[in-house]
Amino acid sequence: MSSDKRNWEEFMEGIWRQNPVFVMVLGMCPTLAVTVSAINALSMGLATFFVLVCSCALVSLLRKQIPKEVRIATYIVIIATFVTVVDYLIQAISLKLYEALGAFIQLIVVNCIILGRAEAHASKHPPLAAMINAAGMGIGFTIGLLALGVVREILGAGTLFGVALFGAHFQPWVIMVLPPGGFFVLGAWLLLFAALERRKQRRRAEQLEVAQHG
Amino acid sequence: MAESVAQIFVNALLANNFVLAMFLGLCPFLGVSGKLDTAFPMGVATTFVMLVASLCAYGLNLLLTSFHLEFLRLIAYIVVIASAVQLVEMVLKKYSPALFRALGIYLPLITTNCAVLGVALFQTAREYDFAQSLAFSLGGGAGFTLALVLMASVRERLQLSDVPAVAQGTALSLMLAGILSLGFMGFAGLGG
Amino acid sequence: MNPATNALPDTTPALAMIRTLGLIAALCGAIIVAAYQGTFDAVQENKRIALERAVFKVIPAATSVVEYLAYSDGRIEKVGAGGTASGGSAANEDIGGLKFYAGYDAAGHLVGIAAEGAAKGYADTVRLLFGYDPVQARISGFSVVAMRETPGIGDKVGRDAAFLANFPLDARLGADQRRLAQPIRTVKHGSKTNPWEIDAIAGATITSRAVGKAIDDAAQILLPRLVPQLDQLREQP
Repeated sequence: MSSDKRNWEEFMEGIWRQNPVFVMVLGMCPTLAVTVSAINALSMGLATFFVLVCSCALVSLLRKQIPKEVRIATYIVIIATFVTVVDYLIQAISLKLYEALGAFIQLIVVNCIILGRAEAHASKHPPLAAMINAAGMGIGFTIGLLALGVVREILGAGTLFGVALFGAHFQPWVIMVLPPGGFFVLGAWLLLFAALERRKQRRRAEQLEVAQHG
Repeated sequence: MAESVAQIFVNALLANNFVLAMFLGLCPFLGVSGKLDTAFPMGVATTFVMLVASLCAYGLNLLLTSFHLEFLRLIAYIVVIASAVQLVEMVLKKYSPALFRALGIYLPLITTNCAVLGVALFQTAREYDFAQSLAFSLGGGAGFTLALVLMASVRERLQLSDVPAVAQGTALSLMLAGILSLGFMGFAGLGG
Repeated sequence: MNPATNALPDTTPALAMIRTLGLIAALCGAIIVAAYQGTFDAVQENKRIALERAVFKVIPAATSVVEYLAYSDGRIEKVGAGGTASGGSAANEDIGGLKFYAGYDAAGHLVGIAAEGAAKGYADTVRLLFGYDPVQARISGFSVVAMRETPGIGDKVGRDAAFLANFPLDARLGADQRRLAQPIRTVKHGSKTNPWEIDAIAGATITSRAVGKAIDDAAQILLPRLVPQLDQLREQP
């Protein structure tokens, strides 16, 4: 069905073409702060996913009721509600995880991705479409976080998800789990994607030339 | 944990700089720091909002705690911040329309600046009193402005340099930020 | 929205706006309260387990923990299930009581006291639980509750054998019983000469100092209040 295809495309948008971390470069604060280990990155990604989907669902359900003039404030209140819920959920699940993620759980509320989705998409689409799009974004965000978390944990601590990889003589590259490391690793990923993109462009241009002159 | 007001200020400004060490306020940091003459006013506007947010958060926290309504803290803080930003927008529009236009979309985006909510949340978590909160928000805002201005200055000069095309854009800004962050690590322990 | 009125097309009438916003606010409030109530028991249980684990780590001989508050006027009050516990941290000791934990063994005898301390470290606050041996008047050891120190450098304070060998520390009260005889201090690596000093880890001075300051700040206030009342606590209530 064309509607299923459209839903699938919406879903994949958030994962690749409009990946919030690598393409839109939004929600940077938690991305760099929390990704010192893979498990923290995964948890933050899932928490954001939860808030994204629930908020967009509620915004979409209420989209005809929310007065235009105060819509941003209303979206923020709805997002803050679900962030508070996630905050208590994480405390109930694992206090250790809660301490590790710290203030950045509550800072999900000002993650530009969620507000952006609510404003750009959820307020204009029915609930199911809104939730699918939000889910795609959430997963894309989690993938981005994991990409950072995995690299930083392997290089900076020699472990992956807490499992030691290299044995006792590994000297961890500590800077990777410190703030500068966050900037460098994300910059490196962006550099990689830019290089891949340029190669793709160049190849496409070459093919075009061959087609024209060949 | 009696930290002196001066210690808190210097710490928030340098050793635990909001942008380069605590990762707060990154979206505007990467977005607005292209030009020096927008970076500085942005920093000042954000500092002002942080100050207002800090004071209101302090009062709100006292109120909510006395009624055992701590679970409403986040919503209360964010609503106050949104209102403070509205206020700043209205004031700027009236008294300095040129600046208002120059800052453009980034002015309402101060609401989603992690640094502003971050000030409120951190000062609550650390149980700062009134004077300490004030020092914290002023120091944090000044640190944010400092980082923004440093970044803008370097980026402006880099525009005249021969940066490989593959690295231009956000990747370059991030590398820059990483080097700045490394530099600021040297301030560790400053001020006790 | 409704078709335009004469004055302002497409503006929501104020009353309708207030009503809708009020409903949304009520809905959000209900969601939050539901989440809070729903998770309350689990969160309290988690906190209790974490606390007990920390106290048992610091007072190894203990099998049960009782929470108390020590007030500046000399009262010691047990924090019960329905207790009105106000205060707790060294920062606001004037307002309420300073919280501490008494560890009892299986026979109900006091085997140690544990209390929280906190001080600014390199990155953020270092919060720890330290143990006090009431028989020998010594700080027997500590355990980190929360810290964000540099991995591999500052966070060695919790694991480094040489650092942990600093303990037990002499924590006798001075002649006037109002302060410690000697403040607990962190000194440069290799220069420890007295039993109340902590030898810092080389290269992790700031975090080491935070540990010393956290213990000293808390002990200076708690011990003068606690020591005169120790007899009250000898047996488990």
